[in-house]
Amino acid sequence: MNLRRDVFQAIADPTRRAILLLVASQSLTAGAIASNFDTARPTVSKHLQILTGCELLEQEQSGREVYYHINAKKMKEVADFIEPFRKMWDDRFNKLETIMKKYQSKK
Amino acid sequence: MEQKTKIDAENGKQDLVITREFDLPVELLFKAYEEADIVEQWMGTKVLKLENKKHGSYQFETTDPKGNIHGFNGVIHEFIPNQKITRTFEMENTPFDAWLEFLEFEKLSDDTSKLTMHVIYKSAALRDQLLQMPFAQGINIAHNRIQDILNKLK
Repeated sequence: MNLRRDVFQAIADPTRRAILLLVASQSLTAGAIASNFDTARPTVSKHLQILTGCELLEQEQSGREVYYHINAKKMKEVADFIEPFRKMWDDRFNKLETIMKKYQSKK
Repeated sequence: MEQKTKIDAENGKQDLVITREFDLPVELLFKAYEEADIVEQWMGTKVLKLENKKHGSYQFETTDPKGNIHGFNGVIHEFIPNQKITRTFEMENTPFDAWLEFLEFEKLSDDTSKLTMHVIYKSAALRDQLLQMPFAQGINIAHNRIQDILNKLK
């Protein structure tokens, strides 16, 4: 399974992004999360399953309740996902600059 | 080396902005986009066609280390020397929809300039999907090209 790809599929969905935002500030039970959405409870459960499956959310047993909280480490990984793309452009532009400086000095 | 290239990609949006300041007069920066043989060097691609004018089009072709050929093409909507290029960009033979690029060239001083590249994708999902593609491979190709160019200049 391509876990990395799954993470991005997980956050591509607006409901799942909303869940992550909700849980970012405090740990919540599935019921408390579902009460924030008009969507059917099983749909929210499915979203929670996907988010837990790709490790963006972690479950914590507290008495009879299961609380969901954000996995900060995994979220950081997602935040860094743009870095290779930025690096690619940075490399290209560095090269452009080097080439054009040579071009300039030739004149 | 200091990283001068910045990317602004807000969560859940279908566009992104790439900015970069260059130690080059704006005319030279623009020339790097205008002259096919220079584009070939820094983009690491073969330029099959580059018509720098309104209603013009362009075609690039890249060969990966496995020998596979990747085609790219687009249409030029606006071409204002030393100021602006508006164009579309399409990756051929991929499921990705074409996107729109606004490139703005700005003079900062006689020797420095700034490029702002505003890229608009069909959807936020498409943008994120493209951002996740294996760019590491592309970077390696770019490095090999730099080496080749430097060797030729020796």
